[in-house]
Amino acid sequence: MKTFQTLKSLIIQLPHNDIDTDQIIPAQYLKVTDKKGLAEGLFASWRYDSSGDMNPDFPLNKPQYQNAEILLTGDNFGCGSSREHAPWALVQWGIRAIISTSFADIFRNNALKNGLLPVVVPVSVHKQLLEIMQDDPFCQVTIDLPAQELSLPDGSIHEFSIDPFNKKCLVEGVDSLGYLLSYQDLVTSFENQHNSKAIMHIDTSKNFIPYENSGVMESSN
Amino acid sequence: MKSTRTLFDKIWESHIVLQETDSPAILFIDLHLVHEVTSPQAFNGLREKGLSVRSPERTLATMDHSTPTIDLELTSIDESGRQQLQKLETNCKEFGIPLYGLDHPDRGIVHIIGPELGYTQPGLTIVCGDSHTSTHGAFGALAFGIGTSEVEHVLATQSLLQSRPRTMQVDFSGQLPKGVTSKDLILTLIKEIGIGGGVGYVIEYTGEVIRALDMEARMTLCNMTIEAGARAGMVAPDEITFEFLKDKPATPKGDDWVVALSQWQKLVSDPGAKYDKKISLDVSDLAPMVTYGTSPDMGTSIESNIPDPDSEPDPNRRAALKKALEYMDLSPGQPLIGQAIDVVFLGSCTNGRITDLRAAASILKDQIIAPGVQMLVVPGSESVRRKAEEEGLDKIFLAAGAEWRYSGCSMCLAMNGDQLSPGQYALSTSNRNFEGRQGKKGRTLLASPLTAAASAIAGKIADPRPLMS
Repeated sequence: MKTFQTLKSLIIQLPHNDIDTDQIIPAQYLKVTDKKGLAEGLFASWRYDSSGDMNPDFPLNKPQYQNAEILLTGDNFGCGSSREHAPWALVQWGIRAIISTSFADIFRNNALKNGLLPVVVPVSVHKQLLEIMQDDPFCQVTIDLPAQELSLPDGSIHEFSIDPFNKKCLVEGVDSLGYLLSYQDLVTSFENQHNSKAIMHIDTSKNFIPYENSGVMESSN
Repeated sequence: MKSTRTLFDKIWESHIVLQETDSPAILFIDLHLVHEVTSPQAFNGLREKGLSVRSPERTLATMDHSTPTIDLELTSIDESGRQQLQKLETNCKEFGIPLYGLDHPDRGIVHIIGPELGYTQPGLTIVCGDSHTSTHGAFGALAFGIGTSEVEHVLATQSLLQSRPRTMQVDFSGQLPKGVTSKDLILTLIKEIGIGGGVGYVIEYTGEVIRALDMEARMTLCNMTIEAGARAGMVAPDEITFEFLKDKPATPKGDDWVVALSQWQKLVSDPGAKYDKKISLDVSDLAPMVTYGTSPDMGTSIESNIPDPDSEPDPNRRAALKKALEYMDLSPGQPLIGQAIDVVFLGSCTNGRITDLRAAASILKDQIIAPGVQMLVVPGSESVRRKAEEEGLDKIFLAAGAEWRYSGCSMCLAMNGDQLSPGQYALSTSNRNFEGRQGKKGRTLLASPLTAAASAIAGKIADPRPLMS
């Protein structure tokens, strides 16, 4: 994961509310077993016309925005499906931060694990930025993650919040899996005690079926 | 004095491995469900890092999203879908994870088979790389969807980093009218609080209406809780829960059952327990619900007309409604009843259970679906399919002119080739009416199985209540 310090960039505007992950990347692009080529599916239903050609009016397709790294969206961005293909596609296309008034919970978690920074701003700041962009669609903003500040082209500076743990992961470019792995002994002692509380009743020795029962390989012959 | 706690508080607190200042909690995960779409990159991650699956005995895999429903042949789906299924098979083999493969008699949609096999139990923490994991909360479990990075975390460590969500109580009072189902209840709630109304919350459903619902109906309610943006939905377990779980293959037996029961009975919110937010809804005057837009909160009573965006005061909401009606090619003020449909989809983790098929069959018995309408009946699992066949429901569907399929997610998200053609209208019992969800340029109207069956007969949106005996 890339480290995230300061980012200065043009902004691509998709200001509708409730942009769901089916729009960010439609299900047809989920039939992969790796993370390759997902940028192609980013906003596919809006980005391409019915014959598969680029829709020149869609902001992502405008030549001026090809190097933009910040997206400005409406409320509740990333609602719906838990597909992490959504942040993968955004990051592969080149987006590193998203400014919005709110994010869906699962999307926010997924974004943070891929070096993609969700910046939550108050409605007033969101409106201010939209107004600035109306006059100057190619203006740039600066996001300073260590300082937790968003600087707008009008010189105003707005603080944003992020929890200290995720901030550290992003700034240092580290995966939070390392943290979990470092506490495995604790997880094991927790589990030993937890099972004896008789809350968890899955009989792991008898109830799970062996994988040999699966018929996939047979039916592919 | 002991503090009063909600059901959520009890499960959350009993699963915290570590809570450091300035860090999310490390939460222990009891059960991890895996399917073919959101897991391959997680297994790749384990391989790259030289890690193994920590607790294969707490992990369970099935195939549902990309599976064929026309038959159980891998040749019936495309190459990429086939590769995804084969990848799951090899990953499960390599990492020692039990898999309900394509031909397994108990395979089905992950959120259907967990409960029907008895793996889903009160008090557990349950995760899956799928947003509709909220379904399992119907049993008084804390169950939520996660992304693929988190799937990898759980595979490697059986734990997750989580910030504590807020709690919301949704209390349903009154008497549910005839023909109004839990699908209509949840569509009403989503309409009331909005698609983002639950963001940051875990919802607990309470009240006399909930206590009277069967487990299948509670699952429908919790399933679509994510459609209001909430992480999870929960219902405290009661006799109905215990009756459902008794004698299921994976539930405890004999003395273990007695011990389990005594633990499960404690899983209720204490009297006076505090929630961060409370919503009360009287259900006595509700009618069947149908959505008309491209978000699950754009729904209304079947007796209503489609709202006029111009009468919407909030400019963002007005713009969203306009955009939605344009996509749906529906007019403001148009009655919902009578809107022509091309396809009826009965199935999904929302409404693919035996009770859903029974409800639809009760309307379709001795009836014929309208000419030109295609109706797909896709059971939620092979076990649901078998049960329906034992009861003769398949014959009712086939005689009516519907298609009787094998189990899977099918047209809910259209990954397996079951999909709408551009411009088609579908009345679907599934959970999302997003643009293109059921096929590129397809148009989805969400409703209950009863409404789906009545509409299939009419060839247009129809109220099921006059057809109910």
